[in-house]
Amino acid sequence: MSTHAPVQGKSLLDADGLARTLSRIAHEIVEGNPSLDAVALVGIQTRGVPLARRLARLIEERAGVEPALGAVDITFYRDDVTVRGGEAPLSAQPVVRATQLDFPLDGRTVVLVDDVLYTGRTIRAAIDALFDYGRPARVQLAVLVDRGHRELPIRPDYVGKNLPTARGERIQVQLVEVDELDAVLLVGSPEEESR
Amino acid sequence: MIRLVKDDLRPPGDPPKRHLLSVAGLTRDDVERLLGTARTFETSLERHVKKLPTLKGHLIVNLFYESSTRTSSSFELAAKRLSADTLNVKSTGSSVDKGESLKDTALTLGAYDPDVIVIRHPQIGAPQFVARVTEAHVVNAGDGKHQHPTQALLDLYTLRKEVGELDGLHVAIVGDVLHSRVARSLLQAFALVGIRATLVGPPALLPRELPAETSTDIGAILDADVVYVLRMQNERMEAGANFVPSLREYTARWGITPERLRPGQKVMHPGPMNRGVEIDPRIADSPDSLITTQVRSGLVVRMAVLYDVLTGGPVGVQALAAAEVA
Repeated sequence: MSTHAPVQGKSLLDADGLARTLSRIAHEIVEGNPSLDAVALVGIQTRGVPLARRLARLIEERAGVEPALGAVDITFYRDDVTVRGGEAPLSAQPVVRATQLDFPLDGRTVVLVDDVLYTGRTIRAAIDALFDYGRPARVQLAVLVDRGHRELPIRPDYVGKNLPTARGERIQVQLVEVDELDAVLLVGSPEEESR
Repeated sequence: MIRLVKDDLRPPGDPPKRHLLSVAGLTRDDVERLLGTARTFETSLERHVKKLPTLKGHLIVNLFYESSTRTSSSFELAAKRLSADTLNVKSTGSSVDKGESLKDTALTLGAYDPDVIVIRHPQIGAPQFVARVTEAHVVNAGDGKHQHPTQALLDLYTLRKEVGELDGLHVAIVGDVLHSRVARSLLQAFALVGIRATLVGPPALLPRELPAETSTDIGAILDADVVYVLRMQNERMEAGANFVPSLREYTARWGITPERLRPGQKVMHPGPMNRGVEIDPRIADSPDSLITTQVRSGLVVRMAVLYDVLTGGPVGVQALAAAEVA
């Protein structure tokens, strides 16, 4: 599959591997949550959103209950919005996307879903965003890839694959919904993975 | 009153900071990005917790040398909704009353290291001047009869929200165009997004140099999709100059009444209204009036402007399409 990839990189997971990994995460979420109707899957924009949708479908196939589905954009919760005193921001701000949480959070178990877990700053921002919408009973974290290098005390509850990396490397997750194919690649770019 | 020396009027060559001084400095992409960001902020105002932490720790100074309700209060609330600290300075009751120059006031406030200075001033070029003498990002909240860029942006936002597609729309701007910074900013903004404008009003109040069709006949508004009513600006009319014979005469010939509109024709007004002068109260309070939406748009558009000058905005300008949030 990785031969079709527009970006050169070492393939870490192909489409089948990715499907199997998601299936296992879905199974673990079902195992870990006896009352599935109180569970909501919330994808972090951009690639966490299609991942959450796939997990919701897998959970429904497995358990017959479709968990609530939402999306959260963390742009306005970033800890690096501006570079004070600087002429221009160090890096471009990401495109602002929609936050959609059409169900009450209060009392729910929210499973945040993201593609790559790295410094943990995105997750910190996503948790802050969630609490501006309501008071979930519990927040869990599901990630496709954990690449290490945490800067905050955050740990995932469900991990697809642990992939220890160097800081200079980058994990690129490609999903059919966004990138026209499913793959996880290791790219040796000096540019840091966006956090 | 401060006297600007010639050098100070020179526009800052390639300002290192991002400012919003004039619509003329914006591209179509900038406008799309700002409206898209405003749309996202609007969805955040539907939440129980309306505050966002985005500009926590930033200081925003609102420096108003002219009276204002809508603009100053919406800038203040926009800053607060983004968790910034605000400092509001009005010319009356401040050292300006004691004769302090704009430069000294700007330098004094600049010493607090503000991230943004929002300024309204009766003299053209005052925002550029503040941008030159301070380190802050400057947002023009109205300078003389020159520019009022955030008003133009919130009007575009309102039109897109209430009327729909901007490209190809026809808007009649009615009234005192000559003294109106709103009209000047609007015409530039309209040109960016493909809105056609017709200026309607008394001949003495219709400047000829503006790039729009003009008509002295109020009947010309019937062709427009939207009628934009300007305020009669008595405070900007020089004493002794007779732009219109009388306000009563103005109302009789150019006042916007239900009889002069097509049924369902939308009406906008930047406020404050002179009810019974340029606009009939029956229109102001009718469901076809977009005036309250304009005020609401002002808050989210000003949140977007504050965010944008400080962040540089997203590159690539794939601003959120309205459909994505719906």
